[in-house]
Amino acid sequence: MNGKWTTADGAPLFGLLAEFADVDALIEGAEKVRDAGYTKWDAHTPFPVHGLDDAMGIRHTKLSYLVFAAGVFGVFAGLGLQWWTNTVDYSLILSGKPFFALPANIPVLFEVMVLFAAAAAFVGMLAFNNLPLWYHSLFKSRRFLRATNDRFFISIEARDPKFDPRATRALLESLRGAAVEEVEE
Amino acid sequence: MSRSTAEAVPALDERIRGEPLVAGGETLASVTETVCAIVEKPRPPRAWYVAFGISAMLAGLLFAMIGYLLIEGTGVWGINVPVGWGFDITNFVFWVGIGHAGTLISAILFLFRQKWRTSINRFAEAMTIFAVLCAGLFPAIHVGRAWVEYWMFPIPNNLSMWPNFRSPLLWDVFAVSTYMIVSLLFWYMGMIPDLATLRDRARTRIRRFFYGLFSLGWRGSNRQWHRYERAYLLLAALATPLVLSVHSVVSFDFAVSQVPGWHTTIFPPYFVAGAIFGGFAMVLLLIVPSREWFGLKNLITMRHLENMTKIVLATGSMVGYAYLIEIFIAWYSGNSLERFTFMNRALGPYAWAFWTMVSCNVILPQLFWFKRFRRSIPAILLVAIGVNIGMWFERYVIIVTSLSRDFLPSSWGHFTPTWVDLCTLLGSFGLFFTLFLLFLRFLPIVAIAEVKSVMPEAKLDRDVHHGQGDYHGDIPRQHERQFGGPETNR
Repeated sequence: MNGKWTTADGAPLFGLLAEFADVDALIEGAEKVRDAGYTKWDAHTPFPVHGLDDAMGIRHTKLSYLVFAAGVFGVFAGLGLQWWTNTVDYSLILSGKPFFALPANIPVLFEVMVLFAAAAAFVGMLAFNNLPLWYHSLFKSRRFLRATNDRFFISIEARDPKFDPRATRALLESLRGAAVEEVEE
Repeated sequence: MSRSTAEAVPALDERIRGEPLVAGGETLASVTETVCAIVEKPRPPRAWYVAFGISAMLAGLLFAMIGYLLIEGTGVWGINVPVGWGFDITNFVFWVGIGHAGTLISAILFLFRQKWRTSINRFAEAMTIFAVLCAGLFPAIHVGRAWVEYWMFPIPNNLSMWPNFRSPLLWDVFAVSTYMIVSLLFWYMGMIPDLATLRDRARTRIRRFFYGLFSLGWRGSNRQWHRYERAYLLLAALATPLVLSVHSVVSFDFAVSQVPGWHTTIFPPYFVAGAIFGGFAMVLLLIVPSREWFGLKNLITMRHLENMTKIVLATGSMVGYAYLIEIFIAWYSGNSLERFTFMNRALGPYAWAFWTMVSCNVILPQLFWFKRFRRSIPAILLVAIGVNIGMWFERYVIIVTSLSRDFLPSSWGHFTPTWVDLCTLLGSFGLFFTLFLLFLRFLPIVAIAEVKSVMPEAKLDRDVHHGQGDYHGDIPRQHERQFGGPETNR
């Protein structure tokens, strides 16, 4: 991003990518990268690897709070909708039933709550993950195609303040079983 | 340790852990290959073409019947004045129920940490979507004037009126549409990583474009996985009460009315159990041929099938219990109308439907008490087909017997389906199977990433595990490590 570093061919450098063949090597590697103090880096795995969050030092996501807030909003939206339409805007007289009675409003209220919360979980997950993002520099790497199949990767971005082509490369190469390559911007 | 002892270990291991979830020495790459090859092959198996041809024709029949209905009106059906709900609502309840097994597998079993669900959840979720689609069709066409459907939603319209929120029929509108949307989100979200796998393997431009588009640029980043898993857990936690609410609300359509045979408090749990029962039978019916055609026997093993048959047995027994309690309460209540309704169900003009229901739903699944039948493909298919028939008849019996013989003998009637009724029912199966076969051909039918996460390569035994469950019995030696169990000579 800052254009400070270039690849061997002189193209702007996105970062360095290290490939691992198994989960244990990946987790060991992630712990070392974390301890070296990098911040703009990530691990890429074909399936969620448990224990990797700790190894990378990822903080817990705030998604649950968003979903909770959306659910609470849904409760009030569902209740408000039923109260306003059937009591205020057009009071429908039906079998002498009260215009507003909570028990009769519970099912719709519940469904609206679930709908809002579920939509927030899905949309929030995408938004926090910065998806959809159909272009990414990592997609330029041929090896990276296996990140969705059977290989494990660590990428360190050149915009990381601690990034240094030689030192970072040396760190990644020191990790057990790592195959390191440069990725163009 | 001597060599012979070492060889004895796997047997011991197998006894403790049960059969492996993924059989046949599959690796991460081979799982990807097995599942992706299904959609990447230039041609599906011949059986797929035959099945697709028949299903598509039946789906065409459905649309022809709907067209005929819209032109002529609901008089083309066998419904009449006492029996205002016939095949339409029977089909609606039947199809909604089928959907429930999918959500049970994808959400409830997820919350209960049942790892075996990973091989079958994608299937079951797809089944949910298509079943709910078929279900939604029936209330939509049975209202007669389908072009004013939007009156059911709180949309400001030219009447300046709003829907009546005190009616269970409107609760249904909200329950079923929410269920459809949430199931779709859950299904699609689960598929994003697998669509990315297909994108990365794509050889043609068109495949790369479409799988790339729908995988939203997923790159397996652990920071993304972290939020993804949280979102998945939250969706499962929301879908679980949702699925219980949906069939409960469907049962309110009946239970909240005054009609004898409908006005009972047992309906919500009884309907939910029945829905899961019928749904599991449908999952079995779909999965048995699919694993055969597409070579998925290592991923969907006999252990998976056996687990499902056990759920069929358990929910089938709940349904049988509910039948008994209904009859007991009809007698115990001392209400002559209730007593008559149940006598009439068993001995009246629809006795044949009642006894079909009892034999298919209560008697037939008892086969699954025996391991032999739980592991026999013909027995599984027999029971699965039987249960589907039985559960359809359950709804038919509830709806038609109660309506045709209500309070006043002078207003009694009789329901006989017309050819349009029968063709519409048949056609709805056509639509369901057409959509399902298209899913088998174009989308990853097994959750690739999830299956990988329960394989030995995922190294779940590297530490005491806090993620998706404790996996007792599935991770070698975990139990000993956690609770200091007996040392073995390994």
